[in-house]
Amino acid sequence: MAKFDLKINGKTQSLDVDPTTPLLWVLRDHLNLVGTKYGCGIAQCGACTVHHGDTAVRSCQLTIAAVEKDITTIEGLSENGDHPVQKAWLDEDVYQCGYCQAGQIMNASAFLKSNPNPSDAEIETAMNGNICRCGTYTRIKKAIKNAAAAENA
Amino acid sequence: MTLVKTTYNRRSFLKSSALAGGGMVLGFSWLASCKPTPEQVRNMPKEWFDINGFLKIGDNGLVTIMSPNPEIGQNVKTAMPMIIAEELDVDWNDVLVEQAPLNTDIFTRQLAGGSQSIRQGWQSLRMAGATAKNMLIAAAAEVWQVPADEITTSEGVLTHKGSDRSAGYGEMASAAASVKIPEEVALKDPKDFKIIGTDRKNVDGKDIVTGKPLFGLDLQEENMLTAMIVLPPSFGMKYESIENAEAVKAMSGIKDVFPIDVYPEGVQRQWSDGGGIPQLVAVVGESTWQCMQAKKELKVKWQADSKLESSAYHEEALNSLLNSPPAAPARKDGDVKRAFKNAAKEIERTYSAPFLAHNTMEPMNFFADITAEKAELKGPIQTPEFLEKTLASVLNMPVEKIDIMMTRMGGGFGRRLYGHFGVEAAVISQKMQAPIKLVYNREDDMTQGTYRPAYKVRYKAGLDENNKLIAWHVTGVGTNDDLVFENRFPAGAVDNYLAEKQRLESNVTTGAWRAPRSNFIAGAEQAFMDEVAELAGKDPIDFRLELFDRAIKDPVGDPEKNDYDPKRYAGVLKLVREKADFNAESNKSVARGVAAYYCHNSYVAQVLDLEMEDDMPRVKKVWCAVDCGIVVNPLSARNQIEGGIVDGIGHAMYSQMTFKDGKPEQQNFNRYQLIRHAQAPQEIETFFVDNGIDPTGLGEPSLPPISGALANAMYRATGQRNYHQPFATEKRILG
Repeated sequence: MAKFDLKINGKTQSLDVDPTTPLLWVLRDHLNLVGTKYGCGIAQCGACTVHHGDTAVRSCQLTIAAVEKDITTIEGLSENGDHPVQKAWLDEDVYQCGYCQAGQIMNASAFLKSNPNPSDAEIETAMNGNICRCGTYTRIKKAIKNAAAAENA
Repeated sequence: MTLVKTTYNRRSFLKSSALAGGGMVLGFSWLASCKPTPEQVRNMPKEWFDINGFLKIGDNGLVTIMSPNPEIGQNVKTAMPMIIAEELDVDWNDVLVEQAPLNTDIFTRQLAGGSQSIRQGWQSLRMAGATAKNMLIAAAAEVWQVPADEITTSEGVLTHKGSDRSAGYGEMASAAASVKIPEEVALKDPKDFKIIGTDRKNVDGKDIVTGKPLFGLDLQEENMLTAMIVLPPSFGMKYESIENAEAVKAMSGIKDVFPIDVYPEGVQRQWSDGGGIPQLVAVVGESTWQCMQAKKELKVKWQADSKLESSAYHEEALNSLLNSPPAAPARKDGDVKRAFKNAAKEIERTYSAPFLAHNTMEPMNFFADITAEKAELKGPIQTPEFLEKTLASVLNMPVEKIDIMMTRMGGGFGRRLYGHFGVEAAVISQKMQAPIKLVYNREDDMTQGTYRPAYKVRYKAGLDENNKLIAWHVTGVGTNDDLVFENRFPAGAVDNYLAEKQRLESNVTTGAWRAPRSNFIAGAEQAFMDEVAELAGKDPIDFRLELFDRAIKDPVGDPEKNDYDPKRYAGVLKLVREKADFNAESNKSVARGVAAYYCHNSYVAQVLDLEMEDDMPRVKKVWCAVDCGIVVNPLSARNQIEGGIVDGIGHAMYSQMTFKDGKPEQQNFNRYQLIRHAQAPQEIETFFVDNGIDPTGLGEPSLPPISGALANAMYRATGQRNYHQPFATEKRILG
């Protein structure tokens, strides 16, 4: 066990956990921030995506000891669920089961920050690490384009 | 307007009335999954009145509708309440939706499966809304002392024109709650629908995009421990002993390690226990990560107790079965043997598909808190009623003492029909005498079994000198499943028809996987049909339409036996031909495939265009025509159709489960390929047939035919036919 102070969603959290614990399980089991999902544990599905600083990372691979920057999870992406990406998701009614969508939204929002006006091919490449088993890919792409357009308007 | 007899269980109403007390005033607690909007919170009623088990009306007119069936992403949690709201005649903005718990006294068929929630719930949901409206009208008639049939309703308001009086539902809710349940109610004429048939957004949308705890895996209860299981490494092996229990128990955060008897001798297993493994090892600890670490350290001894099957064995055994005729045909019309002898041309092809895992993104999990007095369970389950029955037997407890709450599910696809994980959670909680949440890691989820069976099918067709189809012979085999629907198309459209099917018993457990059997045979049949049309020198759609024409005008065999309506089948094909401009000169150079299929009481026809990029297909567009009767919520109906198409393309192209000495060779998404963003169709356009027929299945029917349309389009692009899924691997072998 070791003590850590992490800044998550703007709040400092003090934790005493095994330093090898992945951020995913710190969020879910210790902080009850369960919006970040477990899907595979080996960085293949993207369900656990959070922001480490401005970068989208797989929280199942980032141990608590390796966290260097502020963390943003789906719960902290916006105060009222009105981030442009969240709004675009609601407008397109993207989701089916909804389980992977927090990871999709976190990946898409980090991506749009670095590339505010992406092409279809760039969206596909950027989002390729996030699996949606229900197959909502065409809606996700549309929502990302709409979010980009709304921001650029 | 249709009059229907109400069929409520009177006893259940008495029971719920007694529970609520004379005034019918119910306390109400919000679940996380039913978060009201800020505006609704401001307007929250002071009192709720329970009108019937399906709905409550607040003193200010806000309505809470219970969604009876489990939500797996098929969006019944929005669609089923829409049907109630329609007949109740309220403004959809005044409706809050809550997931109902398992309650067999009030609800029937609380099951997600077979694309049947809307079809089978249609009448009872409409009745629930109409009954409540009827009671509100009766209450107003009593208060106002006017005849009930002079009172009209609209968007939550009761009006009596003659005396110029009106009242909101909320004002009459208290009185309505004590009105006698009517014997008969009138249902709306579908042309008067205001909610059904309109786009309504997913009621859980806001909670999904903000990461609220909706799923079973998200549950955190007081004093809850986490549990994981260790499965046998191979099919055909069973538990022998734990070798290092003490060392693992000493690990940080670990509470206990022990073998569990999930299904002790004498237990009454339900069909829904499926491939549940009788003996497992449980690891219980304080947190998921600690349990995962302990699981890695744990050494369990297993012993082989039946054959350790490899994929090569399945291949060989299925082939051998395919070549040994069964004792009796499943269906026989005319004389196939003689017809082939007289045929001018004949063609024979064999198609195959591998085992598939369901791979719901939320792995299997369940919460259980079992005490001597009661059992409380929560989690993702498609068949709560059957889980309750097994639990009653395993825990030796009457069903009245077992409560099951369904959480929103991170995917189902048939996997959560088989609730052995709920039983496992209960057994572990009982042993620990503590509330526990059982969590499967991805590897457990992928290797437990309950797979889509491996299949093979062989088709043989004969044409006469006029290129008319005169003989059709289909032979299907599968692991633990016999594949062929003998009364589906083209049965009834060919004079000489023979269908045969057999199953290969395998200890690799299998179960229903989205559109069972159809998910493979539809694509195989439609790919073969394409080759037969080509052999006949005919347009692929015209060729199919000729067959439907035959089935309409002069069906072969007993028409009652034929499990499809050829007019509706032809209807979707014609619709998709028109929408995709199938025969346009400009489309002649496009690699384009067509397919159509009937399953789950619905008809689907698809046209798919693709281009080859780096030797792999890129689907440019899919046009999809659907006849599923009345569409309750077109917005989410289109989503289901799109999802089925992506799912069908993905699995036909990329996915497979293979085995070496009983051991699954794919254990996570690094080796098990699922379709991803860059492989998904660039555009999907869906068209619904508007025919006013009562709704039929929607969650499954778009998946089966798409692999046929894909294979047919790939042939146009490459000149090469695909017969063996996954096509990506097949291509590499050939190419």
